Amino acid sequence: MMDKSTPADKPLTGHLRADGRPLGLGEYVKNGGYGALRKAVTSMASAEVTDVVTQSRLAGRGGAGFPTGRKWGFAATGPDYAGAKYLVANGDEMEPGAFKDRVLMEGNPHLLLEGMAIAAYAVGAATAYLFIRAEYRKSDQIMRRAIAEAREAGYLGKRIFGSGFDVEIIPHSSAGRYICGEGSALLNALEGERPIPRHKPPHQTSAGLWSKPTVVNNVETLCCVPAIITNGAHWFIDLARSGEGGTKLYTVSGRVNRPGAWELPLGTSIRELLEEYAGGMRTGLHVTAVLPGGGSTGFVLEKDLDTPMDEASLRQVGSRLGTGTIIVLDDQTCPVGMLHNLEQFYAQESCGWCTPCWQGLHWVRELLGDIEGGRGTMADIGLLQWHVDLIKPEHTFCDLAPGAMQPLESGLRHFYSDFVAHVREHDCPRRAAGRRWG
Amino acid sequence: MLTDAERLRIEETFALYESRSASAVDGLLIIQQSRGWVSDEALADLAQFLAVSTHSLESLASFYSMIFRHPVGRHVIMVCESVCCWIAGSAELTAYLNDRLSVGLGETTADGRFTLLPVVCLGACDRAPAMMVDGRLHGPVVAADIDSILSQYP
Ligand SMILES: Cc1cc2nc3c(=O)[nH]c(=O)nc-3n(C[C@H](O)[C@H](O)[C@H](O)COP(=O)(O)O)c2cc1C
Ligand code: SF4
Ligand code: FES
Repeated sequence: MMDKSTPADKPLTGHLRADGRPLGLGEYVKNGGYGALRKAVTSMASAEVTDVVTQSRLAGRGGAGFPTGRKWGFAATGPDYAGAKYLVANGDEMEPGAFKDRVLMEGNPHLLLEGMAIAAYAVGAATAYLFIRAEYRKSDQIMRRAIAEAREAGYLGKRIFGSGFDVEIIPHSSAGRYICGEGSALLNALEGERPIPRHKPPHQTSAGLWSKPTVVNNVETLCCVPAIITNGAHWFIDLARSGEGGTKLYTVSGRVNRPGAWELPLGTSIRELLEEYAGGMRTGLHVTAVLPGGGSTGFVLEKDLDTPMDEASLRQVGSRLGTGTIIVLDDQTCPVGMLHNLEQFYAQESCGWCTPCWQGLHWVRELLGDIEGGRGTMADIGLLQWHVDLIKPEHTFCDLAPGAMQPLESGLRHFYSDFVAHVREHDCPRRAAGRRWG
Repeated sequence: MLTDAERLRIEETFALYESRSASAVDGLLIIQQSRGWVSDEALADLAQFLAVSTHSLESLASFYSMIFRHPVGRHVIMVCESVCCWIAGSAELTAYLNDRLSVGLGETTADGRFTLLPVVCLGACDRAPAMMVDGRLHGPVVAADIDSILSQYP
């Protein structure tokens, strides 16, 4: 089934320019841009905006899938609260395999600004921060220029569309570390504190940035909001092929013919993404498995590639939607080596706060290195399983370490014979076929 | 001593946050932009300017991977080591650069032109293997392109 959709079916990317340059303010407005913000602030109460988003079934696109409208509702404080509130857009995007938020910020900066302004209106925030990872210099420049343009034109700032609503958007460039993407660590980062996660409770929605009620949302989540306000909750639900609302900006990377990003209905199958969009595997390679939702999700085997990319379906095959960013493992790449590489990332990026993570992940990395290098024993494989069993949510202070265990847990299940072969042959059986540069 | 220009740029960020100490990351980045790295002396000056302890500022500066606490070359090459680039051969790319520049990861060429650093996923997995030079993305990088990429950074 090739793509017959129209821009209206692709609220996030339908109007992107073919030349890759960012959509300017003029073009954005010509396509109806900032109309949703106008509608929200001039004709809807903030609670109504939250209700529509709740009904739309929009779930967070940052990896955890929390219902967006419900989160906004938690930040409601009632009329007696006179203090500040904050909205934060999470553009840290350092999960291995993820680059969807970059595509949105580089291509359609005003969509994000409009989504942020509407979200700020819904939760009652007059200040919204946009947190951008250090390496996204281009996104950073494009977003800063767009903020200045939007302010100049009166879409941000004081008394927007003549309403009583004021909002400022403040970009913040980070300085590199994956943990800054974790919502509460991100708040510490913005406050200039060491960016380690915070204890919950209290939840951010009651005591977040500078202890004020704060909503943190992913960039893609916020980009979904304007079209929901314009077209309504049912329209958004109907975009999806499954019961979960909306489209998803899926990406595919690995040794496929056309790695890239495509906005498609939630519930599009992995196989369709790989074959129709990513152009299949490069000559001579076959797909063994995929990580469907980025580095912190479990492997889905080739036999299950018809699984729809949505939360409920992926759970049934032992994985998660995560960030919806597919990484392909091919038959000439060693699964043990791939896991070693992934756990190296998580061990290095551990913030060091809790022992199961900073000790455990380093040990996991060492064990995988030994096994990959042909120095491992059967007992080492057992030790890996022991870590998988112990490093669970509730045992660690945040979800970095349990997330790191998801590919490993599924890898030990699906590729056990590869682990054993490394131990028996004292080498990597696939090394000769191996990876090639270029 | 912070320069007047640095001081001015850092002061401009005070209005963005509820507290002056929140300008720490901006301050470190501003200093690094003008000097290439953040020396012990610059760190102490910034701490004083923000009214925070040198220790707490150091615990931030050393936490962030993009704050350089050692001098770097005129250009900083960062090679992505994460999973998609690894699948696409980043280890071989690094080995090629090691050879071509006669430096290991974390080292600076004898002429002070390049520092070679490893980096985690650059969010450019569709362009694997990817590398970044002075904040500019290059990828997919093939062996035949390396000389012409390097020549863009004299
Ligand atoms: C270690 C770690 C890193 C994370 N990195 C990001 C990130 O880069 N971007 C993001 O949106 N969410 C990230 N998250 C999820 C956030 O904690 C949070 O759930 C999300 O920003 C909420 O937005 P959403 O509900 O719109 O998805 C991360 C979580 C963890 C545990
Ligand atoms: S799980 Fe890891 S990253 Fe999270 S708080 Fe503990 S040490 Fe830090
Ligand atoms: S893994 Fe290298 S850019 Fe993502």
